Amino acid sequence: MASLIGSYSLGFGLFFSVFIIFFSVRNLRDTEILDKKIVSFTFIQFFLVVISFFGLIISFINSDFSNETVFNHSHTTKPLFYKISGTWGNHEGSLLLWLLVLTLFITIFLFKSNHQPKKYRIFTLLFQQIIIIGFFIFLIKTSSPFNYIFPTPNEGLGLNPILQDPALAIHPPILYLGYVGSSIIFSSALAAMVTSYVTKEWAKHIKQWVLTSWVFLTLGILIGSIWAYYELGWGGFWFWDPVENVSLMPWFALTTLLHCILVLERKKILTSWAIILSIATFALSMSGTFLVRSGILNSVHTFANDPERGLFILIFLFTLIFLSIFIFIFFHSEKEKLENNFFWLSKETSILVNNWFMMYFLSVVLIGTIYPIFLEVITSNKISVGPPFYNKLILPFLIPFLVAMAIGPNLNWIKSDFKDKFYMTVFLIISFLLSALIIKKFDINFLINTILVTSAFFLFFSTSREFFVKRFKNLSQNIAHFGFSLLILSILFNNIFSNEVITNLKIGETFKTEKFTINFENIEQEDEKNFKAIIGKFNVQNLDGSLDILNPELRIYNQPNIITSEADIKTNFLTDKFMTMNYVQNQEYFNIRYQVKPFMIWIWISVILISFGGFLSFFKKRYEI
Amino acid sequence: MKFIHIFLIVAIILNFNFLKADEIKTENKIAKNLRCLICQGQSVHDSDSEFAISLKLVIKNKIQEGLSEEQIYSFLKMKYGEWILYDPVFNRNTYFLWLLPILIFLAGGAIIIKRFYNKK
Amino acid sequence: MKSKFIPIILILFFLITFVIFFKGLKNPNIYTPDVNLKKEVPSFKLKSFENDSIVISEKIFKDNDYYFMNIWASWCIPCKKEHEFLMELKKDDRIELIGFNYKDNFTNASSFLKDLGNPYDIIVSDKDGSVSIEWGAYGVPESFLVYQNKIIKRFIGPINEDNLLEIQKIIR
Repeated sequence: MASLIGSYSLGFGLFFSVFIIFFSVRNLRDTEILDKKIVSFTFIQFFLVVISFFGLIISFINSDFSNETVFNHSHTTKPLFYKISGTWGNHEGSLLLWLLVLTLFITIFLFKSNHQPKKYRIFTLLFQQIIIIGFFIFLIKTSSPFNYIFPTPNEGLGLNPILQDPALAIHPPILYLGYVGSSIIFSSALAAMVTSYVTKEWAKHIKQWVLTSWVFLTLGILIGSIWAYYELGWGGFWFWDPVENVSLMPWFALTTLLHCILVLERKKILTSWAIILSIATFALSMSGTFLVRSGILNSVHTFANDPERGLFILIFLFTLIFLSIFIFIFFHSEKEKLENNFFWLSKETSILVNNWFMMYFLSVVLIGTIYPIFLEVITSNKISVGPPFYNKLILPFLIPFLVAMAIGPNLNWIKSDFKDKFYMTVFLIISFLLSALIIKKFDINFLINTILVTSAFFLFFSTSREFFVKRFKNLSQNIAHFGFSLLILSILFNNIFSNEVITNLKIGETFKTEKFTINFENIEQEDEKNFKAIIGKFNVQNLDGSLDILNPELRIYNQPNIITSEADIKTNFLTDKFMTMNYVQNQEYFNIRYQVKPFMIWIWISVILISFGGFLSFFKKRYEI
Repeated sequence: MKFIHIFLIVAIILNFNFLKADEIKTENKIAKNLRCLICQGQSVHDSDSEFAISLKLVIKNKIQEGLSEEQIYSFLKMKYGEWILYDPVFNRNTYFLWLLPILIFLAGGAIIIKRFYNKK
Repeated sequence: MKSKFIPIILILFFLITFVIFFKGLKNPNIYTPDVNLKKEVPSFKLKSFENDSIVISEKIFKDNDYYFMNIWASWCIPCKKEHEFLMELKKDDRIELIGFNYKDNFTNASSFLKDLGNPYDIIVSDKDGSVSIEWGAYGVPESFLVYQNKIIKRFIGPINEDNLLEIQKIIR
């Protein structure tokens, strides 16, 4: 029943697009005021998608297996929470969520843009409608969440256990808020070009949306990464996997846009650049969807795939890209020469430098991700591009980037001198000595490590000082930059000083290294609602005499029948101790992975700080000095 | 304040305990640079599949036999193809992969500089 | 400043990208390198399955005979599926079947063979899976057709009726 209502509601929703477009086009010609009907229809369309989405949630809660999506992804023994989160844990449901956020955002946009020119608002709505219609058709034609199966099966197939997790329940909605937020930026950039509204006012208006999507995208990536850390059982948080890269690329583009908008909202320069970035952000989000959903990539996270779906998104994506290229060529004109005066050493330049490096990082990730596809199609050679590639190309460039990031925010607009030369020099020297000490002490003879840590410390000190010097001025930016320095420092130390061991242990056995002793005491069994757990008890004796008890688990799920291993992580402010236990075919021993990972929690904290910075600046009316 | 902070960090770092840079480290390093071929986007080191567990054992044995890191890579490349290596070799097929980002970086710099020259 | 040059390049670039993605969609995702084909059989030393005697590869693979090297395990479910075809292949005396017992224990493996029949002429046990890596194998089940000390064909996953016919055609 709920499925049926959902299904009809979706159809009606698409129907409303016709009304919206009709009234919008009519409204373009007459009067100066926006036709109230348009807003109402947009709201009704949003409401219909909400009904449809709730229809699906209710089908999941009731375990209505006559619905194909529910049958494929749910099971009666699953806890209620995961029944609900299962709604968007699959291809069909997650697309419905996309659509929901699309309609939600355009409704909010219409309500919130009262002071903007009418034509600009209508065009934004029209471009957004193109995207919305595309998603409606995609959903209804190739991946309807409301397919009916008869006869009704008694039991569902269940949700993949690694997806049954609180972090993964909230990861997709938050990430989509980020992705879809960029669709508003895209539509509004096109609308601004068509109505010649690429101005300071536009920049101020769209900045809110840039910030919104940026904050959500940052948090979304963070949650995904935390999930990968504790659930995938390998103790890492980022693997440069294509699916991860795909969320990182729009983030780079958005971050660049965020900085570029800062300039644009003060004076009318860099307009074309801001437009290109706005388009690129959404295009990258969409290509992400394409790469993940079409099955063109091999990855841990891909959804079940179907070439027809891939084809649809591909055509849709390139339609949007070509549409924006044409609009850019025919409507956009660069009239910015008048205000284009700033000097070498100025905040403008430093923002340009930021954009330059960001684009470089983006291009590394983009090329690394799609190059193998190109190569395979052209030469049918298959290569892998993994972490070593990204590390080699990104790390050296991080050094000047960090230094520029420490200096840039202190410069004045238009013309500036180096400021606080004394402090900067002192910081640089301290940073270098400190890093040299740390790196040399441990005999890791990497020149690049020392320099990297030096530059990260340099940024760390100079942003820390800002808190005392400027106090509440530029607080949001400073928090974000400080968070970034902390992030780089934590990642570097985490990489350099991690310690890990993989070994096979029988119950009762002890494994000794110079730094710790692992004792496998025993195992226990526990029965849970939808899985059986085998819990290992391990005592880890550290060199300083302290003892850690770790209890990694093996879970044997009933539906689908899958064994997963749950890591046990002991977190404190300095290090994480991470242990997983794995079943080995036909052996009495278990495969044990034990890692000591310093500063793990600081990685999460610093990303939260970064997004908190973005969040703060959302509440600020005026731009920063 | 700041110096307390610095002091703390140094103290923390000095307290860490580490294994010597020995065979385990090399073994982990090699395993991290290899794709687990039967997994979806995981390295051999990160995976706990049968394939990965055996491969890790082979790496360990090869190290003990005295093979160098490079020799182990080329051994595995011979057995499984270039697909297994996460660090793409620099050859005819990958010139663009390695050089294109650098070219883009240089082009970006050139565009920024050009803006200044045009003005003057 | 704005010439017609840039838009054309841009459009061309995206068109090419489109075509490549389009073709990429059609490509199969399962990939097997053919580096192993026509290669010498790797030499190895393994314990025999039945007793602890050492078996060396040079003793198994001789010239001018066809060998079917099959990696299997009692815990591997697809292995049960392909077993009937192995039994079928056993009837052919132009080919010798070598069983590679992969990460298995003796009790389970021998009851597996007792239940389903033993198609193998020689069985060696690869306790830790390391010799399988020397063969360039991915896991179980996997099979190699060997002739004149060279791998001439490999089968990843369980063999089926078509594979069986193919093998019979080759060895004829």
